[in-house]
Amino acid sequence: MASVLMDIQQLEKKYSLGGGFPQNRPRIVRAVDGVDLQIFEGETLGLVGESGCGKSTLAKLLMRLEEPDAGSAYFKDQNIFTLSAEALKAYRRRVQMIFQDPYSSLNPRKTAMSIIAEPLTVHRMGNRQQNREKAVQLMIKVGLSREQSKRYPHEFSGGQRQRIGIARALALQPALVIADEPVSALDASIQAQILNLLKDLKKDFGLTYLFISHDLNVIRHVSDRIAVMYLGRIVELADKNDLYETPLHPYTRMLLMAMPSCAPGKKKRDMMIRGEARDAGDPGCSFKNRCVYKIAVCENTQPRLIRYQGRGWCACHRAGDN
Amino acid sequence: MQPLLEIKNLKTVFSTARGVIKAVDGVSLSLAAGETLGVVGESGCGKTMLALSVMRLIPPNGHIAEGRVLFDGQDLLSLPEKEMREKRGRDIAMIFQEPMTSLNPVLRIGDQIAEAICLHQHVPAKEALSLSVQLLGEVGIPEPERRVKDYPHQLSGGMRQRVMIAMAMSCHPRLLLADEPTTALDVTIQAQILNLISDLKEKNNMAVVLITHDLGIVAEAAQKAAVMYAGRVVESADVEKLFARPLHPYTRGLIASRPSAVNEKEGYLKTIPGTVPSLYDLPSGCRFSERCALAENECRATEPELAEMEDGHFVSCFIAQRKVS
Repeated sequence: MASVLMDIQQLEKKYSLGGGFPQNRPRIVRAVDGVDLQIFEGETLGLVGESGCGKSTLAKLLMRLEEPDAGSAYFKDQNIFTLSAEALKAYRRRVQMIFQDPYSSLNPRKTAMSIIAEPLTVHRMGNRQQNREKAVQLMIKVGLSREQSKRYPHEFSGGQRQRIGIARALALQPALVIADEPVSALDASIQAQILNLLKDLKKDFGLTYLFISHDLNVIRHVSDRIAVMYLGRIVELADKNDLYETPLHPYTRMLLMAMPSCAPGKKKRDMMIRGEARDAGDPGCSFKNRCVYKIAVCENTQPRLIRYQGRGWCACHRAGDN
Repeated sequence: MQPLLEIKNLKTVFSTARGVIKAVDGVSLSLAAGETLGVVGESGCGKTMLALSVMRLIPPNGHIAEGRVLFDGQDLLSLPEKEMREKRGRDIAMIFQEPMTSLNPVLRIGDQIAEAICLHQHVPAKEALSLSVQLLGEVGIPEPERRVKDYPHQLSGGMRQRVMIAMAMSCHPRLLLADEPTTALDVTIQAQILNLISDLKEKNNMAVVLITHDLGIVAEAAQKAAVMYAGRVVESADVEKLFARPLHPYTRGLIASRPSAVNEKEGYLKTIPGTVPSLYDLPSGCRFSERCALAENECRATEPELAEMEDGHFVSCFIAQRKVS
């Protein structure tokens, strides 16, 4: 059994919305609502969910770009939320991020080489010459060439920019890479190139990925285990094949059913896909308004994530019933 | 059966600071009432400009240089602007990718739907408003009587797209152009919207042009499909045929590079090398030749024409054409 690289315990993050005027009471959104999750060394953990489910907030918390309201996350037995300034800087060398939009995540006034060398400079890794050479080597590693190193982001295509973003994330030789929708902004024919690159790099650099996406086809392809998130909570966590072959949670089933496939004429949708998210602050299961299996207990009790024998974890009162 | 929409050799040209580009370069398509045509392609392939050309709504720096757009036998491109304006919204409607930017943020949604009804059907405002309540109900918005007074920001993305569809359907158009109608939406909402469009299509015997970058959506929601690449249609066929037996190397590449269990080989995906060529700097010969593993000298010298290989299956590739004939 691989060792646990990141152990997330009861992590919570709330935001308040509105309330600009005194008479308006702010609305509380629980973006991350008590998440327990472990990331094992060397695996790719896929995190899937729809917009607003809190997956990006979770990534930001792990990057220490947001402070949690409760809970902890242990990276190699150190709680990342109580690190000293010096230890935090060391932590940031070990955890890096790849962003969704390769257009807005690169500084348009810097060359590719200096974008990739910047983390090395910030963390005082070597002299200018060494860092530049390292940046060029990384460019070659991600499928770009030395000749392109003095070019600016606008001279690259979307797929090439994403390669620059990946090289930047790898510059400090991190242990954990959080990839937040890394291929969503790319065209279909480019997506596959980047997914293959990420796979190669994982092998070569011995990386662990937390791979966030809304696309179930992509998640299936890259992940070893998959966590399904719905309104701030993990509702199902299982090995890839278990999750796709025998989904336990009704929301997972709904997602799989809604997933477009390349088999024409397969009209399999029915009343299962319906409804929209419920209001926050409502007791009971967060999925109840959209669920066809709802029973009385779902109205008032939030189900906990429970283990199902040799099959993974699921937060649903009725998961064991069928 | 006479097609409802017939596009013949359409060319839409833009003049920009960097030169002249052909966003749509000789596209021919046809579509009958009750059919959905999926137009699939990557960003910049001209699929949106194709739809805007049919609506005659292309941006001011562009113009339609050549070709005909026959709607029910009538050439839309030679209509006076006044008559075209009557066609838009009434006979031909369009919905866009981002419902927030296509709705007016300071008007109630009911008034926005009623506006189109008043304009085209010449009914009093009050009646138009009650019609819009009915339409909101038809597109599956709960409590339409109350929702009709909402402003766009009070609705979720999926609900806004339903409002756009209600607006498009308000005058019972015979042709609906849907440009990436679900791209901004979540998968479960996407499935609902696609179901809604196909229900409405069947109910009203409407023709739908569904523009998307996602082959999966074409497979599920369309009967006919056209694959576009750099301004041209490279392959078109019935959906079943296209997926069962794709002929063009680009179509094959797109299908094979989709992440799925079938396409995996030791964990790697098949890829199409390179990137989409810039319209300013197209390769000579076949536009796909630089990325094509099968390309021969002929492909780099001459541009292939779209030719019918078997019943209704068109492809523009020398190698595919040779193999089949």
